[in-house]
Amino acid sequence: MRFGVLRFPGTCDEVDAQLACERVGEAAILWHGDTDLQGVDAIVVPGGFSYGDYLRVGAIARFAPIMESVIAFAREGGPVLGICNGFQVLCEAGLLPGALLPNKTLRFVCRQVDLVVEHADTIFTNACAEEERLSIPAKHTTGCWYAPPELAEQVEANGQVLLRYAPGESFNGSLGDVAGVRNEAGNVFGLMPHPEHAVDPLTGSTDGLKLFQSIANHVGAHV
Amino acid sequence: MSDTATAPHRALGLTDAEYELIVEKLGREPNAVELSMFSLMWSEHCAYKHSKKLLHQLPTEGPYLLMGPGENAGAVDVGDGLAIAFKVESHNHPSAVEPFQGAATGVGGILRDVFAVGARPIAVLDSLRFGELDSARSRYLLEHAVGGIGHYGNSIGVPTIGGELYFEGPYEQNCLVNAMALGIAQHERLTRSAATGPGNALILFGALTGRDGIGGASVLASAELGESDADKRPTVQIGDPFAEKKLMECSLELLDRELLVSLQDLGAAGLTSSSSEMASKGGLGLDIHVDRVPLREPGMEPFEIMVSESQERMLCVVEPARVDEVLAVCAKWETTATAIGEVTDSGRLRVLSGGDVVGDMPVEALVDDCPLYDLAPEKPSAPIYPAPRRILDTDEPAAILPALLGSWNLADRRPVFEQYDCLVQSRTVRRPDDADAAVLMLPAAADGTHPAIAVSIDGSGRRVACDPYRGTVEAVLECAANLACVGAAPLGLTNCLNFGNPEKPHIAWQLSESVRGMADACRALDVPVVGGNVSLYNEGPEGPIYPTPVVGMVGRLPDAARAGRLGFAVEGDAIAFAGPFTPSLPGSELAKLRGEPLPDGLPEVDVAAVRKAQEVVREAVRRGELRSAHDVAEGGLAVALAECCIGGGHGAAVDFRGAGAAGERLLETLFGEGAGGFVLSGPRPALAALAREINLTFVGEVAGEQLTLTLDDDARLSWPLAELRAARARGIADALDS
Repeated sequence: MRFGVLRFPGTCDEVDAQLACERVGEAAILWHGDTDLQGVDAIVVPGGFSYGDYLRVGAIARFAPIMESVIAFAREGGPVLGICNGFQVLCEAGLLPGALLPNKTLRFVCRQVDLVVEHADTIFTNACAEEERLSIPAKHTTGCWYAPPELAEQVEANGQVLLRYAPGESFNGSLGDVAGVRNEAGNVFGLMPHPEHAVDPLTGSTDGLKLFQSIANHVGAHV
Repeated sequence: MSDTATAPHRALGLTDAEYELIVEKLGREPNAVELSMFSLMWSEHCAYKHSKKLLHQLPTEGPYLLMGPGENAGAVDVGDGLAIAFKVESHNHPSAVEPFQGAATGVGGILRDVFAVGARPIAVLDSLRFGELDSARSRYLLEHAVGGIGHYGNSIGVPTIGGELYFEGPYEQNCLVNAMALGIAQHERLTRSAATGPGNALILFGALTGRDGIGGASVLASAELGESDADKRPTVQIGDPFAEKKLMECSLELLDRELLVSLQDLGAAGLTSSSSEMASKGGLGLDIHVDRVPLREPGMEPFEIMVSESQERMLCVVEPARVDEVLAVCAKWETTATAIGEVTDSGRLRVLSGGDVVGDMPVEALVDDCPLYDLAPEKPSAPIYPAPRRILDTDEPAAILPALLGSWNLADRRPVFEQYDCLVQSRTVRRPDDADAAVLMLPAAADGTHPAIAVSIDGSGRRVACDPYRGTVEAVLECAANLACVGAAPLGLTNCLNFGNPEKPHIAWQLSESVRGMADACRALDVPVVGGNVSLYNEGPEGPIYPTPVVGMVGRLPDAARAGRLGFAVEGDAIAFAGPFTPSLPGSELAKLRGEPLPDGLPEVDVAAVRKAQEVVREAVRRGELRSAHDVAEGGLAVALAECCIGGGHGAAVDFRGAGAAGERLLETLFGEGAGGFVLSGPRPALAALAREINLTFVGEVAGEQLTLTLDDDARLSWPLAELRAARARGIADALDS
């Protein structure tokens, strides 16, 4: 299978994401100014500071030419994974519920955190076990997931929360300790922690690889 | 005042004699454009006029050296055709005036130095000094300088993997913010800055040029801080990491496509310095049309354009046939690029505006003819620095250890380093707190193992204040010890010499002794200096800073998987003290907390014995025989043991009987400092083998949930792990949260 990893001006983690994808498949970098997704099977919107986080995190990247194609790809059921800034961009694009607010401490924090897998029967978590704990680093200033009460209830009721910070592990103040949510259809998923930084025992844990493996499993089963 | 008003050169920081020399070199009076350019090029910051003669002592040759001092950054060979470029630089005065932007642009500047030589930046480290944290000013400077470093480094996607942070009274007014960056490149991609080929185009790319930072190098960086520094805020530049991110990717793509003849970043003294350095290195001239420079605001004068220190700009020399391609790459990265001039064979830097020549100077006069001054060093007859304030009132070791661990110089740095992304680029094998040095892996070798580089930055101002020569030797040894603990052999070092006003004899003495110490230590370890920076005039109204030579050292290890860790790892492992370590209390952290005056001199160090111990520890780590290795530094053996316990989450039972752990010598044994000591743990036979080569004493084993020390009279001191952890947790965190 082939992943496409987006690159906006200011994206920082695209090479890391590409390397993670290449452990389970092939990966190409897709330029923000293009509209051709080059026939990839899944999209990764990586972390970083697209457009310097100016105006509001993710708000400018959402209007990049490539995003029109990504939105169309998502509407057709293609798997889209947003990591950190990518999660923020997908929220801004209306592909994921809720919004990311500044951390409760208002500071950037880089820390290895434990996540709990809420649902393992999804495109993004099928290589995990339900209630499995994943050790994955998180690093952000704007990662406090929020949704208005009605929407939050709906997201919870639909089982859209796939990853939650383990008790005491959240540093950002996310509603319900939400670390990652999917859309209703289940083919778009965003999370604040960085699974692409947890794919090699030399640099830490390998738990993040399970998310990339899950996507590869899904694509492999559907071609 | 009237003198200054009538003599513009004095207001710009030039002496009368220097001005007369400029007139002689030009054969006429300089006009306003030329005078402002000379004032910057002949400033301490650009010309190193008080330090250059001393710096010749430093060894700059070594087997791994690829590029030495004189380029934007130095570089060493790390094998497999790869080079690591690195450099440390200060941004002290800007940070003292405006800490967030000062620190941020310090990071931005050092990153540009690294990608200017064609290397992709892969790591940042920082070395910070502030006054004591019970001062509101120091807490403000700390919070905002750390915020600025994080803001810039995080946004640009370069990990901040290490650093050091100390608090001492003499830095109260004049904090130190030194940033070090490392980059990676193929050998053949290393790029020099010499302008070559008359007729080639000079292209300025990156941010627009504005009025920010005008006179930063001369007015701010080359004079003491005073009462009215708020007025100098306009001389501090404003950083835009997003612009720099695009500039970096754009520069690296231009080099990848082999479109450039040479490349240079714009730092202190802006276009003036970058263009004249490029021309000087190439032995040629340059014509610069200032009216072609894209401006942030209308109506800027030619001299303002030439001296502006607007950030995120680069200058390159391009063959005429390649100009369109260069402009296209810049357009792709949404980076403004403009041909602003051309290389000439005149040997002169000419500034043109609207077709008129508004400045015309020999390049040599600007770059090479600044007078170099001999220092008049004199050892001070009385102490320069007041004794530190006494804040610890006990002789009880049971109370001293938690007090030391909670003191600002030793407390947990996590609240600071967690504000930095240490992971981006996926090379970080040892994060801050994992080990004594940061470790970054390199691409896999043919057999699948990943070689790695290790980096450490260090320098204790207080110990250099006690003894400029030996304190500096200690700083170099400490860096090498940190590398040894992860299994790395040093390849090269960069330094930043932060001192007071060198025109004062006692400061000149500190500087001369310190440079002599650094030169001797580098020779003893066979480590060349690949480049660095000198920051003088670091004085506030209360007096000079502690003399602070900061050393950044880069080493290599063959197998990242075997990189050492500092924490005790396995219950039942033997613990040993190793190395030629002779603890002494004067000048130590404990002496500081007890308010003792700085001693006049530190004990002599047996550098050869320390080197031998480092080599033995390094080889043992490389063989994978040790489970932990940690060098003994601030706070002595007891603090080192506590750090090993906290780092690994294991307790230890340690027997000090027979080690002078009683009476008068008890505190010295537990908390005394000096070079050359290591705390090692591992299987007993492996450690026993090392004892054949170096001083090594078995002292106990990794055990349980507490640190227990048995003293000469069989008395026991014991601290639960949780108590040690709690003692260390709050010092910095409280200051940042207050």
